Amino acid sequence: MKVKSTVAILECLLEQGVDTIFGYPGGTILNIYDELYDYQDRLHHILTAHEQGAAHAADGYARATGKVGVCFATSGPGATNLTTGIATAYYDSSPVVFITCNVTENLLGKDAFQEVDITGIAMPITKATYLVRDPETIPDILREAFAVAATGRPGPVLIDFLKNVTAPDVLIDYEPMERKEHIKHGRLQALTHRIGWDIKTPEPNHEDIRKLAEMVQNSEKPLLICGGGVVRGRAHEQFRALAEKIDAPVAITVMGGGGFPGGHELATGMIGMHGSQASNMACDNCDLLIAVGCRFSDRVALDPETFASNAKIVHIDIDRAEIGKNVRTDHHIIGDAKRVLELLCEMVEPMEHTRWKNFIFSYPKRVAYEDKPDQLTPQQVLETIRQIVPGDSIVATDVGQHQMWTIQHFNFDYPGQLLTSGGFGTMGFGLGAALGAKVGCPDKTVLHITGDGCFRMNGQEMATESHYDIPVITFVFDNRTLGMVRQWQNLIYHKRFSQTDLDFAPDFVKLAEAYGLKGKRVTNVQELEDAIHEALEWGHGYVVDCMIDTDEMVRPMVGGGQPITNFMLI
Amino acid sequence: MNSEKKAYTLSILVEDTPGVLSQVARLFSRKGYNIESICAGPTRSPGTTRISVVAICDEAEIHQLATQLSKLLLVISVDVLEGEESIQRELCLIKVKADTREVREGIIQIINVFRANIVDFGTDSLVIAAVGTSDKIRAMMKLLEDYGILETVNTGLVALQRGEKTIHDQNKLKDEYNYGKNLH
Ligand SMILES: Cc1ncc(C[n+]2csc(CCOP(=O)(O)OP(=O)(O)O)c2C)c(N)n1
Ligand SMILES: [Mg+2]
Repeated sequence: MKVKSTVAILECLLEQGVDTIFGYPGGTILNIYDELYDYQDRLHHILTAHEQGAAHAADGYARATGKVGVCFATSGPGATNLTTGIATAYYDSSPVVFITCNVTENLLGKDAFQEVDITGIAMPITKATYLVRDPETIPDILREAFAVAATGRPGPVLIDFLKNVTAPDVLIDYEPMERKEHIKHGRLQALTHRIGWDIKTPEPNHEDIRKLAEMVQNSEKPLLICGGGVVRGRAHEQFRALAEKIDAPVAITVMGGGGFPGGHELATGMIGMHGSQASNMACDNCDLLIAVGCRFSDRVALDPETFASNAKIVHIDIDRAEIGKNVRTDHHIIGDAKRVLELLCEMVEPMEHTRWKNFIFSYPKRVAYEDKPDQLTPQQVLETIRQIVPGDSIVATDVGQHQMWTIQHFNFDYPGQLLTSGGFGTMGFGLGAALGAKVGCPDKTVLHITGDGCFRMNGQEMATESHYDIPVITFVFDNRTLGMVRQWQNLIYHKRFSQTDLDFAPDFVKLAEAYGLKGKRVTNVQELEDAIHEALEWGHGYVVDCMIDTDEMVRPMVGGGQPITNFMLI
Repeated sequence: MNSEKKAYTLSILVEDTPGVLSQVARLFSRKGYNIESICAGPTRSPGTTRISVVAICDEAEIHQLATQLSKLLLVISVDVLEGEESIQRELCLIKVKADTREVREGIIQIINVFRANIVDFGTDSLVIAAVGTSDKIRAMMKLLEDYGILETVNTGLVALQRGEKTIHDQNKLKDEYNYGKNLH
């Protein structure tokens, strides 16, 4: 049937089960927004304050729900405003389809008003980019884009439509098609046919898994690393079953938060630069290290040469290019974490590793901080929050000390419970991500934990929070400094605090109120408790400005590039 | 692994879509490698292009590059071709000044030794086409320099595996990459 090209675009979104779009309009994307006017009942569009906020929101939505996020922006500055958001999604393998429009064909390449080569700019930070010049290709490209974003190692894609492609008089052939049929048609069929899988889902190599099962059986000191792949692959149940069956301790990366219950008796806590002593000592002493969906980044394998040097390293990942990239491995298995772990679990016999566990857990899996009665310490803030909010609350963080404290202190029990920019380390990620998560999971309490530096980046999304009444509770760890940078200056740069003082903050409480939210400044546990109760009861956006000491540090800490047990702070 | 830096040839079979060449090329610059030469052309099967790239790096680096390339959706297959196991050739067109008979004869002697051809005869100049390994072309060029080279153009290296092995061969490594490219 013949339909307007813009109708085809929106119908293709509906085919994918999209119900929410985060975005921001402008000149070149007007045709799509005009069509959206007639789709308001089926496609809920959230207008953010800034395109970066929209990008993070779509990303947060994707991370929390496991579905593909969708984000719209116009050409030129609209598109470039997305880039930090696209890169953030790319580094953490979050599936988002970004849709932008560009100038019309006759202006392409003429440096026209608001023209930018966004497909070129986004190339190194996406799984794929598409420049759509022929309207007839719309259904095929959209179907491919969603499949690419969601499958394999997930990640963002970008589709850039030339404006003339979306003109109201452009009619194209469009036949509605159920999602599961897509793979049998058009480019998707050609792509899968090319790689020889055709229409069956691929299976990991059983021989490889059998070999690992044998290695497990011969190991006396196994350690599992739960990486982001467990979270993205929603393989948490299979991961837990395996850990329990072989009685292996589990260290969790920043991106792995939620892949294995943080409070589980086998959990050793976070691993790496701010990893627990238990995790880092386990890594140094194990005889078999099985890393699942983890890319051994420089924040985990700080010094690749000495990393797990007493162990055989086995890497399970869906992305072959990660094997051997950062550390040498003794064996690897390519596959979807869920399926690999399921098969592995069937092939191993139950084991017990009491001595090994006793050794590891003789080291703390959590830092013991002293309480300061009439002050607020970061731990008191987190502990107070933890005791009051529902245990399954979703937590979105920004980047800095507050991020590390949060991940160290909270237990995350399911994929999508922790939303944090681990790979790209994007300050300003948190609020957008929290809003996206709340829109995707309206029944969950959503917390946004931020720093006084990060909250100034994209804090304007309070306007979105207020307008759409998306109740998120923001906790500002207000230490009047760029704390994480200050910590490095403190430890490495001889206390030369160059440009990290933030003692000229806006009044966050008044700022919240200006946006129509409620705010409270708290300086002790009692006030904090009251504020949390009030926020939960009030049920709308709320900002708690938590005054903490400027010189608090994240502990433990291992310096960059150092052997993992060379703690400079414990 | 061999940590000696040398010229490696990568043969990359890709889907012929807009932007694929720049996607491949910028991967080299992103990882910090200079491309010595790059040469792209169609293949027997419509819709696919074969790109040959020469880059100077060590063994670990060339495998890292091959790995990163293999993961791109549009890349069908990647081979690292090493000197002994592959045939490597480049085509060079050389325009030399040749305004006297003596000069022309001298040049003809040289190109006969190198089995090159004259493809354009002008009154004052000749264009020579030479096919061979980089070494051979460099050696010939050196001799021609005495006569005054006006300009040259070089395709860069193209290469194929010796024997019956081809870039289309299916193997476990390729299966592993394809696993991640499956779109179910
Ligand atoms: C966009 C961006 N700019 C700069 C940085 C470098 N950086 C990392 S943490 C940090 C400090 C964050 O300060 P704040 O939000 O107050 O958090 P704190 O560490 O004090 O908890 C900075 C500047 C970054 N990660 N992202
Ligand atoms: Mg701060």
